[in-house]
Formats: sequence, structure tokens, C-alpha cells
Amino acid sequence: MSKRAMLIDVYYCTGCHSCEVACQQENGYEAKQFGILVTEHILNKKNGLTIDYVPYMTDLCNFCAARVADGGKPSCVKHCQARCITYGTLEEVMEEAKNCKKPMIFVK
Amino acid sequence: MGYKDDVKIVRTGAWSGGPGCHGGCGVELHIKDGKLIKVEGDESHPFMQGRLCPRALALTQYAYHPNRLQRPLKRVGARGEGKWAEISWEEALDEVEYNMNKIRKEYGPEAMVFGQGTGRDAGGSLIFLAYAYGSPNWTLFGLSGISCFTPRLAGMHMVCGDIVFEDAAQFSPLRYDDPDFVVPELMIVWARGMRGSQCADHYFTSHWVIDLMKRGTKIICIDPRMSWTATRSEKWLRPRPGTDGALALGFLHVIINEGLYDKEFVEKWCHGFDELKKRVQEYPPERVEEITWVPKEDIVQVARMYAKAKPASIRFGQPLDCNANSIGTMQALNALWAITGNLDVPGGNVIARPPYGVTIYPYSTHEVVQLYGQEFVDNMNKRRIGADKFPLVKNFRSWALSDSVIEQMETGNPYPIKGLYLYTNNFLACTAQDPKRHYEAVRKLDFNVVADIFMTPTAQAIADIVLPGTTFAEKDSVFTTGIPLNAIRKHIQVGECRSHWDVAFELAKRFNPSSVPWNNLNELFTERIGNSGLTYDELSKKVWELAPKDHPSGTCGYRRHEKGLLRPDGKPGFRTPTGKVELYSTSLESYGLDPLPSHMEPVESPVSTPEIYKEYPLILITGRRMPTMFHSEHRQVPWLRQFENEPIVELHPDTAAELGLNDGQWVWIEGTMGRCKRKLKITPVVHPKTAMAPHGWWLPETEGAAPSFYSTFEINVNNLIPMGKNGTAGYGGAPIKTMLCKIYPLSEGDTIPTENTKMNQLDFTDSYDIVNAQEA
Ligand code: SF4
Ligand code: SF4
Ligand code: SF4
Repeated sequence: MSKRAMLIDVYYCTGCHSCEVACQQENGYEAKQFGILVTEHILNKKNGLTIDYVPYMTDLCNFCAARVADGGKPSCVKHCQARCITYGTLEEVMEEAKNCKKPMIFVK
Repeated sequence: MGYKDDVKIVRTGAWSGGPGCHGGCGVELHIKDGKLIKVEGDESHPFMQGRLCPRALALTQYAYHPNRLQRPLKRVGARGEGKWAEISWEEALDEVEYNMNKIRKEYGPEAMVFGQGTGRDAGGSLIFLAYAYGSPNWTLFGLSGISCFTPRLAGMHMVCGDIVFEDAAQFSPLRYDDPDFVVPELMIVWARGMRGSQCADHYFTSHWVIDLMKRGTKIICIDPRMSWTATRSEKWLRPRPGTDGALALGFLHVIINEGLYDKEFVEKWCHGFDELKKRVQEYPPERVEEITWVPKEDIVQVARMYAKAKPASIRFGQPLDCNANSIGTMQALNALWAITGNLDVPGGNVIARPPYGVTIYPYSTHEVVQLYGQEFVDNMNKRRIGADKFPLVKNFRSWALSDSVIEQMETGNPYPIKGLYLYTNNFLACTAQDPKRHYEAVRKLDFNVVADIFMTPTAQAIADIVLPGTTFAEKDSVFTTGIPLNAIRKHIQVGECRSHWDVAFELAKRFNPSSVPWNNLNELFTERIGNSGLTYDELSKKVWELAPKDHPSGTCGYRRHEKGLLRPDGKPGFRTPTGKVELYSTSLESYGLDPLPSHMEPVESPVSTPEIYKEYPLILITGRRMPTMFHSEHRQVPWLRQFENEPIVELHPDTAAELGLNDGQWVWIEGTMGRCKRKLKITPVVHPKTAMAPHGWWLPETEGAAPSFYSTFEINVNNLIPMGKNGTAGYGGAPIKTMLCKIYPLSEGDTIPTENTKMNQLDFTDSYDIVNAQEA
């Protein structure tokens, strides 16, 4: 079976925290236990400052195996307010990454 | 409704504390054995199309929080002592009825004030209760100048005769796929964050900006803070807080003098262009640069970009309400979208009416009259507090003006105020500027009721009776104040909590049976949504509904002013006295107010009070929204408090270095009015001449009884902000973005509010003593 992957277009992530809480709710994780963790990066670039929010799938992320087996989307993917997370096979998301501004891929 | 194993899955609308809703989301509730176990977005709902905010996703932690109020409480100690006895609903409502009847008999119904916090279905149920009781004094209690949305609404009504919103095809079930929709080429995002302002004003939710960006919309950001949006925009302007009116007039100066406006639209559909042209001559870019700190080249460039992009829209936020001349600011914004031909066109700023024109929570005078009739409203206006002094308060939307309410509580003139009934209003920690003054005024009243979902500093400090309210999952209600029209149905019960519509209905029957011709709420809701042709139960089955395109409240189709869909007389044009967009407002003129846009300096500023600026060299901005906590809510909910768990003030690294302050240290913020403690966060995103401190903070994990009231006075940034500085119109002007301040370290012996609390274990449970009524 081809590998499963999570594609995030970091350019559009606003740090709204929906994915993190969606994951905690889905998995019954407590506060500060994250399947996906979004960190703020304020970077000094040549042409000035910029803000990036970078979501990171931790070891507590199981790619929502049960939901997916049930035909659903991972909870973070469904609820992401910026619609910047895509789930699929590695091949699918590699293709999709071509349309992203700042793609990042997690593979399992 | 469906089942999955033994889990029932229901679709419903969301509109309540809990999420904090001002939008029109639809959600799926997952219920097992009568208990809510999960909340998900509803992919078949057009508002968020399955996405959801973190607050709704955390609803199970909110709804089943161990410290939720679950039974009515009666105060058994002195006010503020924090001693409560649980009583039955029957007893609680009897108490409320008895005490409020007593006030009505002795002083008249206007001696009771009915205050809500932020909107949701608080507004509809509270004005209903106030009017049934006979009091005209329905208000947004504590917020000076009702400076949240009402000033913007008033400005839009004065110029365009309607509410105007940036278009994201939100009125079409097809959304972006609607063939009539055009993606805006450019959107100005003015004084509005992305992360914190999700769905804050009913007709738009912030992440639609991203939907549009992905479809090609370019962004211009106007914000003193380097927001996420600023970093994703073509051009970012960073004005001095409180000078938005001048900036808008500067844009108009360029657009008009360079002939970049839509001549045909101006000629055909605008009133008072020549007067406006004359007025804007007072605002050449050079002068606007001086006022706003925005370089004149940028003013010219952005004005040209906006005027040349077709279509282009403007998204605008609450800070525009905070200048005492917020109406003047809004007049200028309305002029911008009108003269550039961006009004009532696809991808521009569109006229926003609730689907089918139904209303339950009035957003304009039209809607108040629609609900209660002209004669009744006229009668109410005679005694409504503030209507005698402030022309817009008199003529728009029927609020009592909160500043005047406080003055009247203090003086008893022109008539005494004896009681306060609050629903989801936490003025002590959140809404009220000068909270001490509010506290002193309210604690002297004869009888105070607070209905809320949690025990709050406000309830602790002033309530005699506390009524436990509900989240949307626990109530029947209907959302009409935005899009789409949503039914909200009760699916779970927590403790003995009751929805405020339920409580208001019951109390209204007791106070004035003739004001309640319905047998139950179901019938009331059916009547309210009558124009949709649906009964409440029918709407509930569909969950949501939008009006068809050719309906005055259906937007796609656009250009309704040409088709005679906007005016009650069916003639083409806008719903204003002249039938045109009133660049020169005849309504404002008839109220004795400036008919043209203008800028006014904030009460305190480097310009208006240079002496004070010397001692207090920072501009204090409060009120910025947080992504997971709305106003003063959610401080108890671990999934929401985990991200920003202490009350902070933000300073630029250069400013902090100059002051010798370190990240994470506790400091005093002090202004001419008072001071509060905050934890310092150093971040380059804030303007070096400003300090930013989020509002609404209290610490439920600390002592609830007097004098602490969950530490609210210690950390409340409103200690620095005066009330009563609203301008001549009445609406607008809570100076929450522009007071001057200085920042310095705590002295030895000053305690740190979050020290020794259970906060580090993320245990945000609060304390209030339930005393056995017999013992007490
Ligand atoms: S895929 Fe599922 S488990 Fe992984 S981060 Fe998303 S919600 Fe959490
Ligand atoms: S939900 Fe989406 S936009 Fe929000 S923080 Fe997560 S990845 Fe970013
Ligand atoms: S996004 Fe807004 S309307 Fe939707 S659930 Fe959250 S607060 Fe409520």
C-alpha cells in the first residue's frame, strides 16, 4: 500500500488553533497534549519581518486512522479554517504540493 | 439526524456563548446517552462548509465544565461576599418577579435597566423581556458609546440606508461557484485581524479572506499591528491608532482630485458629491501623513490601487467604532466604496440583509419597528436613557446609552434607576470602561439579576440572583442576524440550565401577559421567521435557509438598487431619504450633526494632549481579539486557555529595551485614570510607540469574593480607560485604542496575580461558596 501523507501549505496557516483543538477532541487528549502543534515564527527576512505559523504532526498523531477507515477525513483536515491541510497518498499530495505556496509534507 | 453505532448525530445552528458565535455556523453534534461527546463542522452548511473554530470544537469541555452554573443561586451573604444558596427555578423566578414588580410599582418600569454583553441571541431575548416589562432601557451595558458595531451600522445606514459587507458570495448556497459572483481583484482589510476576528460580525468570517486570496484577491492591510494579514498583503499601512477617518479622507482626496472615481455611478446614484469634494480638500496627503504617520506616497499609491481595481472591497473592524467621531470615519468609508462603483456589485461591498428580512435581534431602527411597531417604539423613545441628549441614540437602533445609564444611576436625574438585569454581560471584567465607577454605581441599586453560563466577577460582585444559562446545544433558538437563517435546537440538558429565551418568555408572561400572545417559544419563533414562509419546525428540519436571488435580501444577482429591490416604495435607488447614496447625509444634517465625513483627534493623543504624552509616551491599544478566547469567556476551558494563558501586554523589543524591561516580567501599565498589572511579552509585531493589552481578563482560578473578584481589578486594562468620552452623536468613542500610558516594573511587595494559583496544572476551576440556605 502506498504511504499516507499530510500536506500543509504553511503560507496560508493563520495559527487559528482549530486543528490542535480538533485533534484533542478527536483523540481525547488533554490540554498541552498535541497530535498537531502549531508554532509561531516571526522571522527577520531581507525585506522585513514576516510571521509564519508552522503546524507540526507530533508522535501523538495517528493520521486519524479510525476516521479514515470509516471513510472520513482526519479531524484537523476537515476543520482547518484556512483549508491548508490536505490528506492523501504520498503520490496524491506530491502532485497537489505543486499548487502550494509553501508546502510541507508529513509521511507515515 | 443519523446514528452511528449508539451515537446520535444531529445538525444544528450555533449561536451562543461557548463558541462565542457571531457568525451563522452550522455544526454536527454527536450525542451518546444524552451526553454531548463531540462537535464537528457541518459540511453541508454554506457558512463554514465543515470548518470550525477552536471554541466550538472545545464545546464539550465548556458545556460540562465542573464549574458551570447548574442551578439558580440566591445571594445569602452581603453583596460581593461570595456566599450563595442554590434555589429552585420557581423560587428564583418568584424572587425576580417580586423584586422587579416592586421597582416597577414604586418607580416605573424605566427604573429597570436590561443589559446584554456581546450579541448572539442575548439581544433578541433581552429587548423582548425589557419591552414586555415596559422598560425602554435595553443596552449593551458598560461599553462606552455602544462602541461595537452599532456606530459602524449607524454610519452605513446614514449613507447607504443599509448594512454593507464585503462580498464572498455568502448569500448564495453555491458560494464561490455562483456564476454571478466575481472574485474581488483587491480587498482592503482595515483594522481587522485574521486569527482573532473569526465570524465577529455575522455576515463574514475572517478565513473567507483566505478563500478569496487563493482565488486571486490581492490584499491591502491597514493596521498598526503587524498582523498575519499584514505579512500576506501587497501593501501594509500602519496608521497611528484613532486616525482612520483622516486616512480614508486622504484616499478620497486622491481618488476625487485625480478623477479616479466612477463618474456614472456618482452622477446617477450619489447625493452631495460636490460638498464631499469640497470637504476632502481639507485632507491632502501631506496633511494626512502628519495626522496618521502614513507616508503620503503610500496614501496616494493605495488610493490609486483601490480605485483602479475592479471589483474591490473593504473589510473593516471594530477599532473604527472607537473614535468619538466614528460616524465620520464610517461616512468616509461608505463614500469610498460608493464613488469607486464598488457598492452592490459582485466582489465589492454588498448590501447585507438578513435572509427574507426576518429579525429577532434588531440591528436597525427598521428592525425595531418591524418587531414592536412604530407607536410602541415612539413611546419607548420618550423615556429611553440617552435619547434626549444624543441624536443618533434617539434615531438609530433603540439602545439606551450605557454612559448615560451610569450617570443616571449616580444622579437619579431625570429619573432614578433601581435595578439591573444582565444577560451574559461581564462588565466588571470586560465591557465597562472605568470598571470601578460602574461597580460603585451598580452595587447601590436595589435589585440585580445576572444570568450567565459561569460565575463571573460581575455576578460575584453585584448579583442578588444568578440564573444559569445555556450553550446553543442546550436551547431552542433561531439565528436571524446574519446569514443564513439558522434553526438552533435543543439536544442536551446540563444541570437545570435554561435558555434565556425560555426564561425571558416565562418572565414576560408574568410581567405582562398581553405581550405574550404565543403558547410557546415554538410559536414565537414561527411568527418571527414568518417572511421565510417556513415554520420553526420546518426550518429546523432544513437547519438553514437563504433567500432567492430576486429577493431584496438575496444578494447574488446584485445591483438591487437598479431593480427597485431596496426601497420600501419599490423605486430604484437606496433606502435613504434622497434615494441615493448620501455622501452628504441628509439624515445626519436633520439631527444637527455633520453631514460630511471628518476626522477628530482622540481624547488623549500625542496631538491633542502633548503634555500628557510627555509623561505617558505609549499609545495603549486594547480590545484585540484572541484566537481561542472571546471577550471575557473561555478562561476556564483548558483546551482554549492553553494557548494564551496569562494576561499580557505586548511591547516592541526596542521599546522594552529603552525601558529596561525583560520578556516575561510582570509590569504596571499606568495612565491618567489608573493602572493594572500585566505580564510583559516582547514581540516585534507591535508598533514601537504602542503597547497592546488584550481585554476581558479575569482569573477564575483565584478568589471570587470581594475584593478580588477573580483578580479582575488587578489586571483589568479598562482601569486606564474613561467612559463618557463618546462624541456628539452618542454612538462610538470608547477610547480603547488610544489612551496614553507608561509601563514600569512591579515594586517590591507587589504580588503577581498568577503566582501560587493552580494555573500551571491547567486547572482553571473557580471558587464560589454554596451555603445551605437554612444555615445562612
Ligand atoms: S490527523 Fe488526526 S491525529 Fe493527526 S493531527 Fe490530525 S486530528 Fe490529530
Ligand atoms: S487549523 Fe489550519 S490555519 Fe488553523 S492553525 Fe491549524 S493548520 Fe493553521
Ligand atoms: S466560527 Fe463563529 S459562528 Fe461558527 S461556531 Fe465558531 S464562534 Fe460560532
